[in-house]
Amino acid sequence: MRNDLIFLREKANWVWRRTLELHREAPEIRIASSLSAVEIFSVLYYGGILTHFSHKPLHPDRDRLIVSKGHGSICMYPILADLGFFPMGELHRVCRRGSFLGGIPDPVIPGYETVNGSLGHGLGVATGIALGCAHAKRDCAVFVVCGDGELQEGANWEAIMFASHHRLDGLNLIVDDNAISMLGRTAEIVNHGDLSKRLNAFGWDVTVVDGHNTQELLGVFFEMKARHKGQPKAIIAKTIKGHRVPGLENAPLSHIMSVKPDLIDELLRKL
Amino acid sequence: MTAIKPLPMRDALLSRILERMDAQSDIFFVTADFGSPVIDLIRERHPDRFINVGIAEQNLINVSAGLALEGYSVFAYAIAPFITMRCFEQIRVNLCLLSQVRKMNVNLIGVGAGYSYVVSGPTHQCYEDISIMRSLPAIEVLSASDHRMSARLLDRCSGVGIRYLRLDAQVLDVLGNDADYDFSGGFRSLHGGQADVALIATGYMCHTAMKLVARLGDLGISASVDDMFNLSCFNKGALIDRVKSARLIVSMEEGFVGRGGLDSVVQALLRDYRISTRYIPIGVAPGYSFELGTRHELHDNVGIGESACLESILSALAN
Repeated sequence: MRNDLIFLREKANWVWRRTLELHREAPEIRIASSLSAVEIFSVLYYGGILTHFSHKPLHPDRDRLIVSKGHGSICMYPILADLGFFPMGELHRVCRRGSFLGGIPDPVIPGYETVNGSLGHGLGVATGIALGCAHAKRDCAVFVVCGDGELQEGANWEAIMFASHHRLDGLNLIVDDNAISMLGRTAEIVNHGDLSKRLNAFGWDVTVVDGHNTQELLGVFFEMKARHKGQPKAIIAKTIKGHRVPGLENAPLSHIMSVKPDLIDELLRKL
Repeated sequence: MTAIKPLPMRDALLSRILERMDAQSDIFFVTADFGSPVIDLIRERHPDRFINVGIAEQNLINVSAGLALEGYSVFAYAIAPFITMRCFEQIRVNLCLLSQVRKMNVNLIGVGAGYSYVVSGPTHQCYEDISIMRSLPAIEVLSASDHRMSARLLDRCSGVGIRYLRLDAQVLDVLGNDADYDFSGGFRSLHGGQADVALIATGYMCHTAMKLVARLGDLGISASVDDMFNLSCFNKGALIDRVKSARLIVSMEEGFVGRGGLDSVVQALLRDYRISTRYIPIGVAPGYSFELGTRHELHDNVGIGESACLESILSALAN
């Protein structure tokens, strides 16, 4: 177990570094919201949570991962390349002509299921997927990763009500709660208050976790996936936008900020 | 020959969907809390494949998209303005965009074309759906003119694709002979051959066009009527052959004129075939009105009533 945890931490570090390198290749990539989700995606893939088939990404027995916060999931690119969904060399062509790796990922990328980036769509589609899987008695889990700011989109709440009414306990929502959207702190824009209580009041089974602690995430994800008690499940992962990058970390306008190539080089040398 | 009793368009289509659901286990019917007598049968007979998402059209589309990704054929059902406009971006992103990459079969059924919700006012009436849905590249737009055609729309709903089926909320008379046309041609000829005036109509306006045939005939002017029920895919050459020798070509729709509806389809057709015949579009003058009255009176108010149409045609012929 101890070795597994060291492995996970090392993988998360590697993903963090490669994500910064992607930003150096294509500075238009939204870096801050991708850095808050590094451990979430790393644990899902390297922690053995997600059942996936890199050589047949749409294998019927796969777990479905819907990446609703598309632009904030660039850290998935190195993971998918590392696991063989596409060649590692593709990472160097990011955002260039002929590449399928864009600034906002689309389902032309092996490993992505849906169109992402336009916020507030993923959870509703995932709800339909979960309903279809339950009807077909498919033994697979449906995961959705969305941002906390994204929950301001009303369509999410239509899906949240629907999922609990239909007792979709194959549905697992992970909120990357980095507390900042484009123009500042979500608490100062439209305050969710206690998101955990809100989701709970809508009939969801909610767990709050430190979204950068790989050990905690691993335990919570495993437990969440295994739990089937007639309720959809949500994990609120408390994260830091622009994690571990000085000047970017937790800055209210980090969403639209870029990291200078010199700083990226310095960070990669140091860490 | 006994006249065929007209039925509500929705029940004619839904009865066929129910039959298909009886025979096939891979179909879901999803509604946004909108019903009909046949819906009651669907939910009674197939409770596990009948889903009411509630008054939530955005989720109607998203849930339908998710079910389609899992391999189900989906019928999504709501009032026409709501299923086309409240959830437009869900249709764009999760149906049209996504279906370019993933195989999906989703059929949107909108009830309440044009002024068919007569006394409900502009929120429930629908003058924009044809143009709005036509603006999306991956969706086929179908518009029924009577209940028998509505039932046949199901023939377009097999296999991969996204479709919008536009139905009237009122019971309309049966038009033409059901066996007389090739459904895959996208239009049907309701009246006449080579004539002075070629009327190309869709939905309810086919009925107005048929009345105009008699009014024009009284004045010694012959007219043909073609019913465009597939606004995305039709036999262009065959339609051109029907209308090319007329003195005047007229499009007739119960939607805003000059906003990308049937008139835009007909204009593009005439341009592509370099037809220089005089053409006029008849449709609702853009603008919203809260006035009440019968459907005919509402049509008179916005320039698409029988007499207004006749006046427009005579004036075009005279100039």
